[in-house]
Amino acid sequence: MAEISKEQVKHVAHLARLAITDEEVETMTKQLGDIIKYAELLNELDTENVEPTTHVLDLKNVMRKDEPKKWIEKEDALKNAPDQQDGQFRVPSILE
Amino acid sequence: MNFETIIGLEVHVELKTNSKIFSPSFNAFGAEPNENISPIDLGYPGVLPVLNEEAVNFAMKASMALNCEIATDTKFDRKNYFYPDNPKAYQISQFDQPIGENGWIEIEVDGKKKKIGITRLHMEEDAGKLTHNDDGHSLVDFNRQGTPLVEIVSEPDLRSPEEAYAYLEKLKNIIQYTGVSDCKMEEGSLRCDANISIRPIGQEEFGVKTELKNLNSFSFVQKGLEFEEKRQREVLLSGGEILQETRRYDEQTKETILMRVKEGSDDYRYFPEPDLVPLYIDEAWKERIRAEIPELPDARRERYISELNLPSYDASVLTSTKEMSDFFEETIEQGADVKQASNWLMGEVSAHMNKQQLELAGLPLTPEALAKMIQLIEDGTISSKMAKKVFAELVKNGGDPEKIVKEKGLVQISDEGQLKEIISGILAENEQSIIDYKNGKDKALGFLVGQVMKATKGQANPPMVNKILLEEIEKR
Repeated sequence: MAEISKEQVKHVAHLARLAITDEEVETMTKQLGDIIKYAELLNELDTENVEPTTHVLDLKNVMRKDEPKKWIEKEDALKNAPDQQDGQFRVPSILE
Repeated sequence: MNFETIIGLEVHVELKTNSKIFSPSFNAFGAEPNENISPIDLGYPGVLPVLNEEAVNFAMKASMALNCEIATDTKFDRKNYFYPDNPKAYQISQFDQPIGENGWIEIEVDGKKKKIGITRLHMEEDAGKLTHNDDGHSLVDFNRQGTPLVEIVSEPDLRSPEEAYAYLEKLKNIIQYTGVSDCKMEEGSLRCDANISIRPIGQEEFGVKTELKNLNSFSFVQKGLEFEEKRQREVLLSGGEILQETRRYDEQTKETILMRVKEGSDDYRYFPEPDLVPLYIDEAWKERIRAEIPELPDARRERYISELNLPSYDASVLTSTKEMSDFFEETIEQGADVKQASNWLMGEVSAHMNKQQLELAGLPLTPEALAKMIQLIEDGTISSKMAKKVFAELVKNGGDPEKIVKEKGLVQISDEGQLKEIISGILAENEQSIIDYKNGKDKALGFLVGQVMKATKGQANPPMVNKILLEEIEKR
């Protein structure tokens, strides 16, 4: 893995909707680079004979029956809303 | 220059399980806002999604009905995006191992049959519903968040807006037969995005495509594509360039309008969903689901033609919805004549449904009642004219045709002795008509029939009246 670039850091910040200053871009670029380098230690392991996996647990098919139930009341759910109106969560409009 | 049109469709279908795909909230359309939500749907910290087995069964059923291969090893992935319709900031979807792949369906346009490939069918969760206020704020209803969805992606095999329409009709028809979704566009349980590009005939390479959104009916899909086809041709012929952009169809102006230009591909940073373990679908499970798939529309249509000897037109109309087809089958199972049942369903029943904007399920008419009414016509108890009165009552208030016939005094007089007596009386009073008829005035017979009908309040069996009248006139 090549070094992470400043452009990549800015791109990732934008995707995460984080506003970061140029100064922070400098710091993040170095820190993220260090993290990736550290994770690259894993490359030293020989995984030649290991099956690829998508999950760390050796489990499959954990499912539930299709039985509906009421869990929380709407009023309680709306207590966590930053703002509410007519039984709905009210948020700033983001138009695509 | 002549161009060829290339269309691919992405269709989202909501599955009608009882509960949501990863939470036990009720999965129901039309509830009050935020009535059917849970901490999982709201993405509270620390909650864990648990997969609804029935959602997998339904997705498998849809895949199989669309001739897809079913994955043995599959899993879920996170599709990351920020938007207030999704409180987790990611949608649980399937990225590189969809549950179904390499399917196809057959469409027919202008009598020509064509196979349209289905690239993939994958499972995912639906997002909440946003209502944009004009005060710079939006309201969010999370009832829909977590509704199980399947996304069905077609190959770019469609060559005209008409084919796209036929594909959607067929897809909806098949999915409805499997019973996994209502596929109601007006309720959002079926949604469609369309990709369209054009290329000079003979060119291998695809042209730049645009994506159409906000298509609220199959006919708007077709109209939107027709507009876009024409627009792209005009742009290219005037030396312009098609940009990769998302456009929406405006129903009022019948035009497509630019929403946004796509710069590069979307960056969703998919990765395997760590909160859900992989799914392993063995042969036994696949076979169990395969056995549950009912006879699909094409097979039914063929059977109606080959076994029930129905004209292919009837077979197509009757199988166009599962509701109609099931109703028809129950009607003939109750003993109704096949062609009569078909005629009534395609004729009076469909006309009534269209006029009242109702579905079959919304009518009080039952297959049993329709079958009984048809039998009453067949055995001469009521005339086809009386049947219309009985039918009007059946579709309005339901009930038992025999009772309705009695209550309305609609019973047809088919008793030969009784009719003879009435007819003799009429003839005795109208000797001039007999003479007229014998002198070649056919009209006189019509007059006599009319007199018999009047005397019986329209209840005499018309073919029998004719027959007896002629016999009696002969004797005089």
